[in-house]
Order: sequence, then C-alpha cells, then structure tokens
Amino acid sequence: MKLFVRMIRFQGGLIALLIGICATAFKANAQNVDLFKMQDEQNKKDAKEKTDITTSIFKTTRLINGQSIENTGAGILDLKISHRFGTVNSGAYNFYGLDQASMRIGLDYGITDRLEIGVGRSTYNKEFDGFFKLRILRQSTGKVNMPISISIASTAMLSTIKGPSVSYPINFSDHLNFANQVLIARKFGDYFSFQLTPTMVHYNIVATKAIPNDLYSLGTGFRLRLSKRVNLTGEYYYQQHPLQGYHNPVSLGFDIETGGHVFQLHFTNSTGINERSFITQTDGRWQNGAVHFGFNISRVFTIVKRKSVK
Amino acid sequence: MKKAILSLILFSGMCFQLHAQKIYSTKTGQIKFNASSPLEKVAAVNDQVDSKMVDKTGQIVFSVLIKSFRFENQLMEDHFNENYMESSKFPKAEFRGYITNASTLNFAKDGKYPVNFDGTLTIHGVQQKVTASGIMAIEGAKPTISGLFKVKIKDYGITGSYIGNKIADEAEISVNCKYE
Repeated sequence: MKLFVRMIRFQGGLIALLIGICATAFKANAQNVDLFKMQDEQNKKDAKEKTDITTSIFKTTRLINGQSIENTGAGILDLKISHRFGTVNSGAYNFYGLDQASMRIGLDYGITDRLEIGVGRSTYNKEFDGFFKLRILRQSTGKVNMPISISIASTAMLSTIKGPSVSYPINFSDHLNFANQVLIARKFGDYFSFQLTPTMVHYNIVATKAIPNDLYSLGTGFRLRLSKRVNLTGEYYYQQHPLQGYHNPVSLGFDIETGGHVFQLHFTNSTGINERSFITQTDGRWQNGAVHFGFNISRVFTIVKRKSVK
Repeated sequence: MKKAILSLILFSGMCFQLHAQKIYSTKTGQIKFNASSPLEKVAAVNDQVDSKMVDKTGQIVFSVLIKSFRFENQLMEDHFNENYMESSKFPKAEFRGYITNASTLNFAKDGKYPVNFDGTLTIHGVQQKVTASGIMAIEGAKPTISGLFKVKIKDYGITGSYIGNKIADEAEISVNCKYE
C-alpha cells in the first residue's frame, strides 16, 4: 500500500515535471528569438567589457622639437626632415632668416607598436643621434580605464664638430651626451591633448666644475584641434639650471595633415633639433625676435605589411 | 497512466521540434573595405566581425568595431578612425535585417543558395536602408555567407576633401562569415 502511494506520488511528480518542461518550452518559443534585442544587450556589455585604447593623442611622433607620446607603427619607416631657418630678426640682408638653415635628417622605425627606434644627423654641432622610445602605459577607456599614457625615451648624441685644441687628451666618450625622458600624456576629448616631459640631459664632459653633468628640465606640450586637418601645437621646457647664455625653449606651430603624412610648421627659439641642443642650448629669445621659422616633413614607408592586409 | 506520461513526453518533444530556432553565430567573420582610387590604395580588413542569424526567421545581425579595421599602415588607420569614422564617438558599425528568402534555405542540406538581405546599415551613427545579395554555402550544416555591396560614403555623413579624389566616392564592402 505504502509502495503504491509512493508510486502515485512519483508519477504525479513526473507528470508535473513534464508539464512544466512543456510549458517552458512553449514559453521560450512562443516569442521568437530577437537578435536585434540581443545585439542591443551585447553592445551595452561590450561598452563595459572591452578596452578602447585612445589613439592619436598627438598627430605625429614629434611635438615640435621634442618627442611626443606617439610611436611609429610596427613595420613603418619614417623619413623625417626637420628644417629651421635663421632668426627672423636677422634683417632684410639675410632675408629674415630664410638665407640660413639648421637641419636634421633622420629615420625612425617601429619595431613593434610599442617600441620605436631612430637615428639622425643634425647640422648643428655636426651631431649624430640615436634613440629608442617605448610605450609603458596607454590611455584607455572601457574595461581597463587608464587616464594617461606613459612612454620612456632615451637618446644618445655624438658630437663630431672639431673643437679648439686642448692640452688634455680627448676620449671618444667626451663627445657623447645623453637625454632620458619620461613622456606623460593625456587626450581630453577629441580636441585637446597635453603632455608633461620630465627630462634629464647628461653631458659626459662639461666646461667647468661648477656646471653639473646632469641637467634636469620639465617639458610641457599641447595639441589643440582647430579643424579636421589643422592642429595648433605648443612646446615649452623649463630648465632647473639653464647653461649660461642659453634660455628655455618655447615653440608654437601647426600640424597639418595631408593624406598620408603630417606637415609641421612652427616658430621656435631653438636652433638645434636634437634633445641636447634644443633643451639645453637654445640661444634665441622670443622678446628679441630671435625666433626661427621651421618645418618638419615626414614620409612614411611600409616595410613590413600587416599579415591580414596582403 | 503510463500512456499519459508517454503522450506527454511525445508532446513535449514535438513542441520542441516545432518551435526550435537555431541561432548560428560567429565572432571571427571577415569584412573587407575598399575605397581605393587610382591615386591611392585605401583598403582594410576586419577579422573580428560579430554576426548572428536565425535559421527560421532569417533575422541577421552583423556588428564590427571600427577600430579593429586593419589598414596597410597605422597612419591610414589613425586617419580613418580620427578624421573619417570618428570612432571614439561611433565605435561600431552594424547591419540589422532579414534574409528575405530564408524559407527557401535548407540548413540540413549541403549546397549553395543565393540569398537576399534587406535591412538597416548603421555607419558613423547614420542609418540607411540597404538591400544586398550574396551566397550562402552550407557544408556539414554550417553555413557560410559571402556577399559584396557598395555604399556611398557621403550617405553616412562622412566628410573630407579627399573623398571623391584620393578616396573613392563609393566603398566596396565584402563580407565573408563562417557560422557555427
């Protein structure tokens, strides 16, 4: 008898279960699957769960004279020609500076999207330079919310200009100088970007004991978007101990995008173009009109094509 | 009693079968974009296309992140995102619509079927009605959709002096999605 009741209970339960399954099956299928709704939900989820890296904080790898937070993409070779005319205040005889020139020609290459290397040669002090720039952090929103981008850059410079003859022996290392920089940048919306660049320039040899070998400075720079193709840029380095006779570099310019490359036009009080010369050996002053008109042009070549776009 | 249970099982089985809708999906579909002109090659590939489709209703959705389009070089990618697509404002492009001849498709049988799409394409935040045709190849109950259609870039509020010059007026979009 007990067994019979149990059987009935069991069967009753089973029936109820089956009816339940059947009902849910109906329920699930009564309304058709709506992919559009699913997509709406997916979009909401993606906005939270995907990381969106902020790109184009600056338009190119140089702010004006100095490094910007941007890197040359992987597999891309960038030929850069930077040109500074003479100072505007040099008068009609020198055609307001256009008769003279200081220039740097360089090649930058992106080994990966994070690591860029480059070499260059400047007329100012007949210097060679080589550098690397490595992205440490990238500004992003979404799952990973990173407020700033950080890169490090390190440049070695070799001066080959013949100096006055001296009584002591000169070593190869005496011609070498270095610059180490931390680049900290943030893009505020689509229109404004700002960069801070703590910098240490190291001289292997200095003229007197009183001059420190390590010269610290703080660089600042911005980009303001004026239109889709034109951006206003500015750059200023504050030096803790400016060398005697030299001033802080101040530059203002425009970045103009022309299809495949960026054309930079600017006014600067620096004559030299590598880190040592423009940060620590800027001889002009804006208030005296000792300002150079200049431009940077670059041409990119795709050396290693991305696999997917062949 | 046993008969009742049996009939219930049968019935529930039937109602499953009658209403079963299968969602085919992929997250690794491919969309190629080509707006090349004689002056410049403007082409990109996106291998992370998210697409879903329902076999019975023919409802179909494609979704792509604009930032995952890969160009020949990074500079073009930056310009594409920043100046043309404004991808920080409009991160995705979407197509939502229907395969209008879904009833003629037999997902169980291998073969190639012509398919017609009708729906809304959203690019750069602008919606446009779009019809297109393509081919669905079914192999081992797994469909693959391929198709090619053209969009007028200016229809989607994308502006720039290079469009119609270095960049073609019309972009050719080709789709290749293998569903599971």
